Amino acid sequence: MEYVGIVLISHSPDVVKGIKEIIRQVIKDVPVEVAGGTDDGEIGTSIDKISAAIDTAYTDKGVLLFYDLGSAKMNAELAIEISEKENIFLIEAPLLEGAYVATVESSIGKSITEIQKSIIKHFPTK
Amino acid sequence: MHFTVKQAKEWLLQINDHMQEHKQELTRLDQAIGDGDHGINMARGFKEVVKKVNEKEYKTVGDIMQDAAMTIISKVGGAAGPLYGTAFLRMSLAFKDKVSIDYKTFTRGLDDALQGMKQRGKATTGEKTILDVWEPVVLFLEEGESFQPQALADTAKHAMEKTKNMIATKGRAAYFKEKSKGHIDPGAMSSYYIFLAMAEVLEEV
Repeated sequence: MEYVGIVLISHSPDVVKGIKEIIRQVIKDVPVEVAGGTDDGEIGTSIDKISAAIDTAYTDKGVLLFYDLGSAKMNAELAIEISEKENIFLIEAPLLEGAYVATVESSIGKSITEIQKSIIKHFPTK
Repeated sequence: MHFTVKQAKEWLLQINDHMQEHKQELTRLDQAIGDGDHGINMARGFKEVVKKVNEKEYKTVGDIMQDAAMTIISKVGGAAGPLYGTAFLRMSLAFKDKVSIDYKTFTRGLDDALQGMKQRGKATTGEKTILDVWEPVVLFLEEGESFQPQALADTAKHAMEKTKNMIATKGRAAYFKEKSKGHIDPGAMSSYYIFLAMAEVLEEV
């Protein structure tokens, strides 16, 4: 089966590594890729890492991106713009909880639209 | 006069010279109201831009601007990377397939860059950011009919100085609230150097 891919973006490589471990304990099949820290592994985000993670996690069902802080969002939006691929969306939800819910839903074969709706229901924005 | 690949390249080289020369100053401004890496980021990023554009021969202004944009995006970092990256990316789209840019197209490219940064940063003017230099410069270009390098540099300088008394409401500086007053915004300062470099290149024509 093909699944909606998940990309985790954080200012810290350790944060996304840890989140991926939590998710992998339960869900093994869904593509989950991480983009943590700068190219030098410092605190920050790297558009190259984000773009690479999108490419690897990408399936015909699309990719959902989760992020932690401010400038990660700008880099993620820019990575989506540059990728010129369809069905890539940035999600407004807590990084760990949001990605966890999305991966579980992806694993049972839900579409990207269904997952997005579900995330909004779980994590209503102010 | 027209803006060609030659001018575009000289502009990028000139920006780099300013970033290297004013690295400390930009860092000092950013230490006052930010995380203190703006000078280092811009100097590192534009050094890479120059390296990149020196390696290749370009046929169109769009192509050289696109390489500059992609390098800025991956090498500048911080909030400035995606913001300036977006600006140069939008310019590259406006100048796509063009060998020579007339004043009108040039102005439209800069306006596209400004709108792109507003959208990317979810920001507007008066918030003590890059935009407080870009918007007055675009308005100045829209009012004119031909390149006026000295007036362009003056407009950018005046706009940059005006950020000193603004209170930051966007970006890291917003945490400093009232304390951000009295310091020129580091992004406004680097934008001033970008337009000063542009004026210097246009002056030589």
